[in-house]
Amino acid sequence: MALCQKLASDLWTNREECFDGGLSNRQLFAVHQVAERVEALGQFVMKTRRTLKGHGNKVLCMDWCKDKRRIVSSSQDGKVIVWDSFTTNKEHAVTMPCTWVMACAYAPSGCAIACGGLDNKCSVYPLTFEKNENMAAKKKSVAMHTNYLSACSFTNSDMQILTASGDGTCALWDVESGQLLQSFHGHGADVLCLDLAPSETGNTFVSGGCDKKAMVWDMRSGQCVQSFETHDSDINSVRYYPSGDAFASGSDDATCRLYDLRADREVAIYSKESIIFGASSVDFSLSGRLLFAGYNDYTINVWDVLKGARVSILFGHENRVSTLRVSPDGTAFCSGSWDHTLRIWA
Amino acid sequence: MPVSYHCLILSSERREANMAQAPTDPSSAETADPEESSPNMIVYRKIEDIVTRMQDDKTGGVPIRTVKSFLSKIPSVVTGSDIVQWLMKNLSIEDAGEAIHLGSLIAAQGYVFPISDHVLTLKDDGTFYRFQAPYFWPSNCWEPENTDYAIYLCKRTMQNKARLELADYEAENLARLQRAFARKWEFIFMQAEAQVKIDRKKDKTERKILDSQERAFWDVHRPVPGCVNTTEMDIRKCRRMKNPQKVKKSVYGVTEESQPQSPVHLPSQPVRKTTKEDFRKQITFLNMQIERHCLKMSKVAESLIAYTEQYVEYDPFITPAEPSNPWISDDAALWDIEMSKEPSQQRVKRWGFSMDEVLKDPVGRDQFLRFLESEFSSENLRFWLAVQDLKKQPLQDVTTRVEEIWQEFLAPGAQSAINLDSHSYEKTSQNVKDPGRYTYEDAQEHIYKLMKSDSYARFLRSNAYQDLLLAKKKGKSLASKRLTGLMQSS
Repeated sequence: MALCQKLASDLWTNREECFDGGLSNRQLFAVHQVAERVEALGQFVMKTRRTLKGHGNKVLCMDWCKDKRRIVSSSQDGKVIVWDSFTTNKEHAVTMPCTWVMACAYAPSGCAIACGGLDNKCSVYPLTFEKNENMAAKKKSVAMHTNYLSACSFTNSDMQILTASGDGTCALWDVESGQLLQSFHGHGADVLCLDLAPSETGNTFVSGGCDKKAMVWDMRSGQCVQSFETHDSDINSVRYYPSGDAFASGSDDATCRLYDLRADREVAIYSKESIIFGASSVDFSLSGRLLFAGYNDYTINVWDVLKGARVSILFGHENRVSTLRVSPDGTAFCSGSWDHTLRIWA
Repeated sequence: MPVSYHCLILSSERREANMAQAPTDPSSAETADPEESSPNMIVYRKIEDIVTRMQDDKTGGVPIRTVKSFLSKIPSVVTGSDIVQWLMKNLSIEDAGEAIHLGSLIAAQGYVFPISDHVLTLKDDGTFYRFQAPYFWPSNCWEPENTDYAIYLCKRTMQNKARLELADYEAENLARLQRAFARKWEFIFMQAEAQVKIDRKKDKTERKILDSQERAFWDVHRPVPGCVNTTEMDIRKCRRMKNPQKVKKSVYGVTEESQPQSPVHLPSQPVRKTTKEDFRKQITFLNMQIERHCLKMSKVAESLIAYTEQYVEYDPFITPAEPSNPWISDDAALWDIEMSKEPSQQRVKRWGFSMDEVLKDPVGRDQFLRFLESEFSSENLRFWLAVQDLKKQPLQDVTTRVEEIWQEFLAPGAQSAINLDSHSYEKTSQNVKDPGRYTYEDAQEHIYKLMKSDSYARFLRSNAYQDLLLAKKKGKSLASKRLTGLMQSS
């Protein structure tokens, strides 16, 4: 066993040296240096364009529908609401049998939603437009974990769901049968977030957890193919860069970081001395130039991904920002907060 | 100091630290107190560092003074604007609004408080603030019981001081507590009296300060209705916070009869020992990492820059959307245009960026397919689409679909026979014997590469695509005219 330990340690050192690529003074590049020649961004005027009120308690999660205007949101009081956020009308609502619904997702077809939380499950609800819709009646229980459900996402179809849980695992499920298709073990603590790679042929996803690690998985084999550990605390959110070659993370250590899959390392860090509260949720603008991050200090910081500078700070929420997603066509982003509201910004 | 340089230093320091450490070992015991690394504690320590520096007069802290007022002196206070100035100077904050916001959060967490208000925010003016005593700091993990709160409110009513008069919401709270604790109110009353006796012994100035700090403590744990309760926790992080070994301590040192005197002993979580298997897995993983061909940093940076530069014109946050951003103009015209079958030039241009862009866009996919059909070479794309569709099927339908795809594209004499090299064909025929969602994965990958270098390239050169790109159509369509008109007029 000691031999194994030494071997592992040698390989570790070896790997670190590999990355230097022969540079004698071990100089570390960050994207910002190379991006010095890139034009700086102008001033941004981003405002709240819609405020969605209706939840009775902390909003914990939200997701966009592919139609670019509908969203689903879930809250601590067990309510899950589907809104047409353009008109701010509530279109569907269901009350879960548990509190703290920490995860929700919209199906690609727009005809169903998935959600779960302290019930350790992920359930799928078809959306109908019947007059006296009883959503709870058509509920389908799909995923079963042994601890809270922290994140869920449909794959490219309504038929498969990927989940992340406080039990330290992720899992892929067949919606129709509820069967477990693949499980992903490797995190040393609760998994808090996941994101599917944006490729048309992609079979990978990234997850982040309380073990400070971000791990990239092969959906087919269940194996972890890459792992990153540079954060100092829980990783609350992970999101792919639109090209799929990199991903960003937001952590309780008050920083966001960019990891590149081809370089197999962290390539940028977004932090400021005055930002001391954790980042709860991150997402990219369509071109990947901007990174929007929601924080536990009630603000949203907008980062220039290439230059590493913060370009804007958005005030408005009156409590922690818990969830943040950019709309499918990039025209706006939505933030959900512990102040019971959701805001659309553009 | 430019931000990027600062970031570099941090990164390299961390790297040094990582190298010095042993590799990730599941069994290595956490030498640090696990509660120290909990998310809440990380923030508390940062705030504590800030308020400690703020109070340090040797290193440019805020001016804390005793202020004379009508009949008395106000000890140990600092103005809101002094705090705001200090934050701006020492934390490199350029905007006063940001400093006020951070200061308000530090107050809301309970580290600094206005001496004449229950509401914990920071104002950028002459309002007086005081620093909280370390005894009351949130990092001590107080979870004060209602009995303590009752004792506190009760003792406030016993002292005949204007500044200690109960606010309306406090009076309501007291009434509610009296009802809830009706049976043991005598006990609570006695404790309150004992506290008053202790307080009387203290120096007048000291009492003023302590009273205000005690009040601020309760403003955090029993906030004014409508104010954020900063003690609320994210339930996902709670498990690490609760240390069962700690006795629930009373702020007033009160031990209730019902509480056990000795710490509760809970069996510790069995730590999973690292097995040889774990090491083997780790070595395999590390070997895979070493073998992986990694791109140099400079190449990676160039690639990220190139991607954003290519897509920046499509990013509504940077390049305003045409005709308008629906969220800003309240006009959904943009979405209506996108729904129509007539793709804009900009949209068509995007299909030329990569084959994924064509495949991702339903209109692009359709155009691509139609072009290939016109050349009688659509079987590859149709196969690719069929396999994509296979992966979206419910489990129970998979076997049937696998068979259907085989018959149409791969079986000897298939109607739409695709061209696979013999190796892939062999592998696929084996896979088909045990049908699953990934049966055609290798074949699909092969066909994808083929299309990319052959069909896709031809599509981009085709008249069909070029015409769309240049918005040329036989009998120029009204749609593109309208679009151009809109773009010019906005």
